[in-house]
Amino acid sequence: MTTIITPAKNITQPIWWTAFTSDRAISIVSPIALLTVWEVCARLGFLDERFFPAPLHIVAHMLDMAGSGGLWDNVGASLYRLGVGLLVGGIPAIAIGLAMGLYHPVRAALDPLISATYPIPKSSLLPLILLIFGIGEGSKIAMVAIGVFYPVVINTAVGVRQLPPIYLDVGRNFKASSWNTFRTIALPGAMPLIMTGIKLGAGMGLVLIAIAEMVGAKSGLGYMIWNAWELFDVTTMYVGLFVIALIGFIMNSALDAIERRLIPWKNA
Amino acid sequence: MMEPVSPSGSAPTSKVSLQSVSKRHGRHLALDAVSLEIPVGSFCVIVGPSGCGKTTLLRILAGLDTPSEGRIEIADPSPGQPSNSMVFQGDSLFPWMTVWENAAYGLRMRGVAEDEVTAVVTRFLEKTGLMAARDRYPHQLSGGMRQRASIARAFANDPDILLMDEPFSALDEQNKTLLQQELLRIWEETRKTVVFITHSVDEAVTLGDQIVVMTAGPGRIKAVVDVGFPRPRNVLELRHDPAYGELVYAIWGQLREEVDRARAGKGN
Repeated sequence: MTTIITPAKNITQPIWWTAFTSDRAISIVSPIALLTVWEVCARLGFLDERFFPAPLHIVAHMLDMAGSGGLWDNVGASLYRLGVGLLVGGIPAIAIGLAMGLYHPVRAALDPLISATYPIPKSSLLPLILLIFGIGEGSKIAMVAIGVFYPVVINTAVGVRQLPPIYLDVGRNFKASSWNTFRTIALPGAMPLIMTGIKLGAGMGLVLIAIAEMVGAKSGLGYMIWNAWELFDVTTMYVGLFVIALIGFIMNSALDAIERRLIPWKNA
Repeated sequence: MMEPVSPSGSAPTSKVSLQSVSKRHGRHLALDAVSLEIPVGSFCVIVGPSGCGKTTLLRILAGLDTPSEGRIEIADPSPGQPSNSMVFQGDSLFPWMTVWENAAYGLRMRGVAEDEVTAVVTRFLEKTGLMAARDRYPHQLSGGMRQRASIARAFANDPDILLMDEPFSALDEQNKTLLQQELLRIWEETRKTVVFITHSVDEAVTLGDQIVVMTAGPGRIKAVVDVGFPRPRNVLELRHDPAYGELVYAIWGQLREEVDRARAGKGN
C-alpha cells in the first residue's frame, strides 16, 4: 500500500471564501440576522409594537432625534462623563496597581481594603455618591471612576505580580531606579492585563453612567431613557438603548485598536 | 565597593576576592566557605553539578543576593563604569522592547547621552550580527539570536566584570559552538574580567583561563585548574588538540564523584 499525502482541500479554495467565513463576517451577520427577525415579527404583529417597536422605526426615530440635535446633547453629556470618569478612575488605579504589584507593604496595606469593597455593587453606592458629590457632574463622574477603578487596579497588580522575577533582576542588575523600574518594567510588563482591566472598567463605566443619569440628571443617555419611560415614549427609550449598545461596541473596538498599538510585542 | 586586596606574594591582582563565603537558605546550606581569587582580566569558569550553588554564587557577585557569612572584595571599576553586568540564564530580554531597546537598556538606565548610546549599541549589535534585526521583538527571534542580544546588552553596558549564568545551555550544539566562538572574539577585544557558569566541562575548557570545579550540596570548591591554551582561541581547532581532551578528562574525573554524590543525595 502507498499512502499519498496531498495538500488540504481548503488551500485551493478562493480567498474571498475564507474571508467571508472569517470570524469578523460572522460577527457582523449575527446581529443583523437578529434585527431582521425582530423587524419581521414586529411587522407581522407577532410582537406588540407598543413594547417592541420595529427596529427600522427605532432607527428612523434615532435619525429624527439626531437631526434635531436633541440626541447629540445627551450622547455628548454621557461621553464626557464617561471619558473624564475613565481618566479619573483609571490613572490612579494604574499607579496604585503598579505599586501594589511591586511593593509588599503597599499590597499588604491595600489588598484587604480592595477585596472588601470590591463585591459591593457599585450601583448601590449611588445614594452615597449623591450625598457626597451632589447632584451635578461630580457624582456622575465619580460613579464611572469607581466602576473603572476596581477592574483596573486589580488587573494591574496581578499583571505586575505575574511578571517573571527575572525581569526585575535584570532591572536591578542594570541599576534601574525605582521610577525606571515602574516605567520600563512594571508598566509595559503589566500592560496586557492593564488593557484587559480598562476594557472591563469601560464597560462597567457605561453601565454605571446610564444608572447614575437616571437619578437626578438633566442630560445624558440615562436621563433620556428614564425621561422617555416617564412619558411612555417607548421608541425613544429604545433609541437610548441602541445608542448605548453602539457606544459600547465602538468603545471596545477603539480599545482593541489601542491595545494593538500599545502592545506590539504581544504575539498576534 | 572596596579597594583591591593587596596580593600576597607574586599572585596577580585580584578583581574579585571571596573569603569563606557561605550562603544559607533557611536550614539548607547552599555555599560552604567558598574562597576564591579571580585575577583582573581573566576568564574564570565555574563548573559543577546542578544544585551546587553556582548560580547563588553568581547572584551574590551581581548584588542580587547577599552572603550569610564571609567577605567579598570587588575592586572598584573605573569612575563612571558599572561594576558588573549579568547575562542571565534563559530568556531575560524584555519582550516589550526591540532588540535595539534591550541592548541600550543598561546605558539608558545610567543616563548615557543618546548619541553615545547609538554608537555603542550599533557597535555591539554589529559584533553580534543583530543590526538587521534591531527593530524586531524577542518573540520574533530564534533562541540563538535572543541569547546574542542578551550578550550584546551586557557588553554594551561596558561593565568592569561580566557575569554569565549558563548563557548557552538552552541552545543546540551548533549554535552553542558558534556563540562560544563569538563570545571569545568579543572578549579577546575587550579583556574584561569574566565569571562564567556552566555545567559543561567542554565549555569550561574551551572558554576559561581558570576553571573552578565545585562540589554538590553544600557548594564547595573542589579544585581550581589553570587552562594554558593560548589566545586567541579557535573553538574548533582547540577541540582537535589532544591536550584539550586530556584536560576535559581530568576535570571530568574531579567532577564525576561529585555528580555521583549529588545523585545519591537526591535519592535519599
